[in-house]
Amino acid sequence: MCNVCGCASGEVTIGGHAHDHGHDHSHAQDHRHGHGHDHHRDHHHPRRDGLTHDYGQGPAHAHAPGLSQARMVRIEQDIMAKNAEYAAANRAALAARATLALNLVSSPGSGKTTLLTATLERLKDRLPLAVIEGDQQTDNDAARIRATGVPAVQVNTGKGCHLDAHMVGHALEHLEVKNGVLFIENVGNLVCPAGFDLGEAHKVVILSVTEGEDKPLKYPDMFHASDLMLLTKTDLLAHLDFDVEACIANARRVNPRLKVLQLSAKSGAGMEGWLGWIEAARAMQTIGQEG
Amino acid sequence: MHEMSICESILSVIERQAAAQEFSRVRRVRLEIGPLAGVELQALRFSFDVVTRDSIAEGAALEIIDMPITAWCMPCARSVEVRQRYDACPRCGSHQVQITGGEELRIKDMEVD
Repeated sequence: MCNVCGCASGEVTIGGHAHDHGHDHSHAQDHRHGHGHDHHRDHHHPRRDGLTHDYGQGPAHAHAPGLSQARMVRIEQDIMAKNAEYAAANRAALAARATLALNLVSSPGSGKTTLLTATLERLKDRLPLAVIEGDQQTDNDAARIRATGVPAVQVNTGKGCHLDAHMVGHALEHLEVKNGVLFIENVGNLVCPAGFDLGEAHKVVILSVTEGEDKPLKYPDMFHASDLMLLTKTDLLAHLDFDVEACIANARRVNPRLKVLQLSAKSGAGMEGWLGWIEAARAMQTIGQEG
Repeated sequence: MHEMSICESILSVIERQAAAQEFSRVRRVRLEIGPLAGVELQALRFSFDVVTRDSIAEGAALEIIDMPITAWCMPCARSVEVRQRYDACPRCGSHQVQITGGEELRIKDMEVD
């Protein structure tokens, strides 16, 4: 792992590139202990062929000669501090581009990519758009997005179960969106992505009516971390025993501030409300920045 | 699964500290982890052993300090302890409670050589 940026390199790919740690940091600061602690081990370059970045796990070796007496060292450091720093940098970069970033989170199979392509089709003539796609493997989803004409960078997390702010920062370097909207489709997982701020303006949790009404209670962290819940696949409600009111009540127990919209990407019902929310969120973000 | 990346972050902090504070071996690491941090402790212990192999923290004992979930109850205007996010205030039964603690994920200190 790189001591400076802390990313576990080796199995993550961003847009086909092996993530190559090409940042300009000098390692001198970290090497005051002055022993043979070379960094090449951390910097695998497995793939570099376009728009996919690769991260993985290099073994960590550190050998320090020296003291033998046990002592206590106070650290008092937040383990997520590094992710928070990257998230803040992303937030600043997005603000400079006057671009609203939405972090879309859900279980696998909730229909995130279908909803996203339907959203892009409706918005692409109104606003500049871009997409960062997170999946463990394949760039199938980025290909589906690019078919709409919207630029997309695929991040393959390898063994990782979530996107982190560092991966998103590198993916952002490959996108030129300005005065628009960046959609970040996170890895399908209702657990881990809740804990990683990517620098987005809002987390949007997507729950389809083919899942259980009690999912917000089973996975409260994600529903707590989100500002908007999209209840999707509502065209299927007639065939299911899904209790919409109970589901929304469960979500609000976990997060009383949560806004809820119901829609179907297939029939188009409710899509205008979602697009309206996006435009409103964008307006709210730019209001603060123009002055 | 992200317990693994949390352990990588811990190791990265340890290695940076090793350089700054000049130590070569870590015997014990104490973490403060709140119940709302989303961390599975058993998985964390397992990952810690794997990630620290061949590092200055190899074999280090991992000690976890339990933290309470605290919340501010608006009707009571005081801090209360709850068991999960959607609990009502244990004193007055109101749901107008805001979580104030329990999401900690911190390295408190280390015993080093």
